Amino acid sequence: MSTSSHPVGRRSFGRLALGVAAAAAGGTTLGACSGRGGSASPNAPLRVMAINHVWSQAIAGRVGEFEERVGRRVSITMLTSDQLANSYNVKLNASATDVDVMMVRALQEQLLFAHNGWLADLTDRVGDRAFDWDDFQEAPRERSITAGRVLSVPVVTERPALYYRRDLVADLGGPPATLDELMAMSLELADRRGGFFGYVGRGQRSGAVSQWSSFLYSFGGDFTVDGRSGIGTREAIAAYEYYGALLERTGPPGVTNMSLEQAMPIFAQGKAAFYIDADAIYTNFLDPTISTVQDTVGFAPFPAGPAGSRPHNIPSWSLGVNEFSLLRDDAWEFVRWASSPEMVAALQAEGIPGARESAWSDAATLASFPPELAETMRVSAERGIGHDRPEVLQVGRARDIVGRPLVAGILGQRVPGVARDADAEFADFLVRDNRHRES
Amino acid sequence: MTTVQTGTAPRPAAGRGRPGGRAPRTFEQANRRLKWAMLAPALLFVGLMIVFPLAYTLNLSLTDAFGAVNADKDHTGLRNFADALGDTRRFWPAVQRTVVFTVGAVVLETVLGLALAMLLRKAFRGIRWVRTLLIIPLLATPVAIGILWLLILDPTNGIANHLLESVGLPPQEFLGSVSQSLPTLMLIDVWQWTPMMTLLLLAGLSTLPEEPEEAALVDGANAWQRFRHVVLPMLSTTLATALVLRSVDALKTFDLLYATKGPGGGSDFEAETLNVYAYGLTFDYLEYGLASAVLVLFTLFIIGVVLVLRRRAGRKEA
Repeated sequence: MSTSSHPVGRRSFGRLALGVAAAAAGGTTLGACSGRGGSASPNAPLRVMAINHVWSQAIAGRVGEFEERVGRRVSITMLTSDQLANSYNVKLNASATDVDVMMVRALQEQLLFAHNGWLADLTDRVGDRAFDWDDFQEAPRERSITAGRVLSVPVVTERPALYYRRDLVADLGGPPATLDELMAMSLELADRRGGFFGYVGRGQRSGAVSQWSSFLYSFGGDFTVDGRSGIGTREAIAAYEYYGALLERTGPPGVTNMSLEQAMPIFAQGKAAFYIDADAIYTNFLDPTISTVQDTVGFAPFPAGPAGSRPHNIPSWSLGVNEFSLLRDDAWEFVRWASSPEMVAALQAEGIPGARESAWSDAATLASFPPELAETMRVSAERGIGHDRPEVLQVGRARDIVGRPLVAGILGQRVPGVARDADAEFADFLVRDNRHRES
Repeated sequence: MTTVQTGTAPRPAAGRGRPGGRAPRTFEQANRRLKWAMLAPALLFVGLMIVFPLAYTLNLSLTDAFGAVNADKDHTGLRNFADALGDTRRFWPAVQRTVVFTVGAVVLETVLGLALAMLLRKAFRGIRWVRTLLIIPLLATPVAIGILWLLILDPTNGIANHLLESVGLPPQEFLGSVSQSLPTLMLIDVWQWTPMMTLLLLAGLSTLPEEPEEAALVDGANAWQRFRHVVLPMLSTTLATALVLRSVDALKTFDLLYATKGPGGGSDFEAETLNVYAYGLTFDYLEYGLASAVLVLFTLFIIGVVLVLRRRAGRKEA
C-alpha cells in the first residue's frame, strides 16, 4: 500500500513555480495585447461610462432613439464620481477596449488623461459645421482643448449660486450683494447655540477648493499667477481668512468634514441662512420630501469682493472617446447626438444647464428654472472664469495643498503662516508637475 | 541481510519493450504526478493572485511610475523608499496613526471580548439570543457601518448629540473634529469587531478542562484568582491567535476610514493611516512608484508585527 507520503522535491517544485510564473507572465502579456487593435463585433454594445447624475438619467431615457439610428445597442454604466475616476484608472491602465464613451471632469482629469494618451482627438470631428463647435460657451470650450487638441465636449456646466432664506433677509434689505454684507448678515442671523447657522458651505480640505475658488477670484487672486504659485499672495490670504472666518464664526460644528453631501442638507433643513454651492443642485431645495425651505429659498449671484463678483463657470461634466475603443466612430456619433443643439436645449428645458450659447439665449430653455436662479445663472455664465481648481496634472495633490490654509482658517488658526508654507509646497509641486507634463 | 524497499513498486518488465519508447509509469510516478495535478490549480491561483501582484508592486516601487502604469518609466532604485521614509508630513504621522488605531482598538476589543466571553461561558436563559445579537455588527459591511455612524454622529443632525443634550451633556463634533476623529473611529471599530473576539475566545473557553478550575476553587481561590492564574494561562494559545488575526485585520482597516473621513483621512489628515495614504497616492495622486514603495513598507511592517506577536505567543506557550 502506498500513501501520499512523498514530499514535493525541490527540483520539481522549481519547475512548477517556473510554470506558474510563465503562465502569470503570459496571461499578463496576453492581457496587455488584447487591448490594442482588432475590430468590434457587430453585436457589441456601445459602452458609455457616466456619472450618476440627472444628465445621465435623462440621456438614458432617450437612448432608444440613438440605438435605432446607429443600429447598435448602448450600455450605460452610472457610477459615483470617485468610482468613475477609479474605474478609468484601472481600465485604461490596462488599455481596456470595453469603454467607448467616457464622461469626464475636464478640469479634474483631462490634462492627465491627455498626458496618458487615453482620450481620442476630436479636433477634426468637432469641426463639422452642423455640430457648430463655436456655439459652445467660450470658458467651457477652452477647457476642452489640451495642447491644441479638442479632447472632450462639455455637456453639463456649473456656476456657484448664493442660496439664501428670503424670509430672513427681507428685513435686512434683501440678499447680500457683497462679501462684506454676506459676513455681516451671517453674523447677525447666526444663533449657533440654538442650532441655527449664518452660513454653511464646504469645509473639507480638498472638496472645498472648487467652491472657494470664486471667493479667491473675487478677492483678486488665482491659484497660479504667471505659472507660479498664487496662494501666498495678499489676495489669496485675504480670501483664505475671509472664508475661514465665515465658517468658523457663523458655520455649523464639524464643518471641516463637510462636502456637498453634508453641507447641503443643513440648508435644506432650514438650519442656515446662506449657502454657496453649485447652481445645479437647486432642485434639492425645491423638493418638499427633503427640503423644508422650498417656499423660502432665494437665489442670488455670487456676492462681489474687492475685485468684483467673479464666480467660476466650468464644464462640470464632458464627454470624451476612449483612445483604445474599437467603436470610436459610433462613440463620436453618441457624443455628437448627446451634445447636439437640440438635445442641449431639450435637457436645459428640463433643468439641466448645458454649455451651448444657443440654449442659453433661448428663453424657453430657461423657463424650467426659477426666474431668480435663471438670472443668476445667466449673469454668472457671462462673468464666469473657466476653472475652479488648479490646472495641473495632479489635481488631487494640488487641491490638498491649496486646501490646507483653508482648513487652518476654519479651525481658527493663523492663516498667513500656513499659507506661506503651503505656497512653498505648491511652488515645488508646480515645478514637478511641469516636469511630468514635459516627460 | 534483507533490503526492504518501501514506497517503490517493482517495475513491470513487460512494459520496457513497449513501442513508442515511453518509460512505463509506476504507481509511484503516477501518484506523484497526480499530486502535482491536484496542487497545480492552487499554486496557479497563488502565483497569479499573490506572487505576481507582489512582484509587480515591488518592481513598480523601484520606478518613477506616474500617471499610468504602462507609461514610460525609469528605474530609480530605492529613491521612493528614501522619499517615503524621509516624509515627516504624511508618511510618519500615518505610521503613528496606524499603530495608535490598531493598538487602541485591538486592546479594547480583547479586553471587552474576553469579558463578554467569560459572561457568556455559562449557559443561561436566552443565551442563544444574546449570541445572535452579538453577531449582527459582524454581518454589516464596513462601508455601511461607516455611513450609519456618520449619520448617528453628525454634529448638527445626528441622534448622538440629541441624546447627549437630553442628559445635560455638551454636544460633540465626533467625526467632524480633528482631535476626536481617530478615537471615534477606534470606538466604531471596537463596536464592530468585539463580537468576533468574543466568539473566538468563547470557542477557546469551551475547550478548556474544568478540573483545574474546580481544584483552584477547592483550594479557596476567588473568581479573579481563578481567572488570572488558571483560565488565562490555559487560554493563552487561543488569545494569541485571536490577537494576531485581529491585529492584522485592524492594521489593514480602510473602508471604515475612507467611508467616514474621505480622501486623505480628513481635512487635517487626522485619520490617515498607511492604507489610506497608499490609496490616496495611487488613486488621487497617481504616483504609482511612491505608492508601491509605501505598500511594500506596509507589507514588511505587517509581517514584522505578525512575527513579533507569534514569537511572543510561542515563548509564552513554551
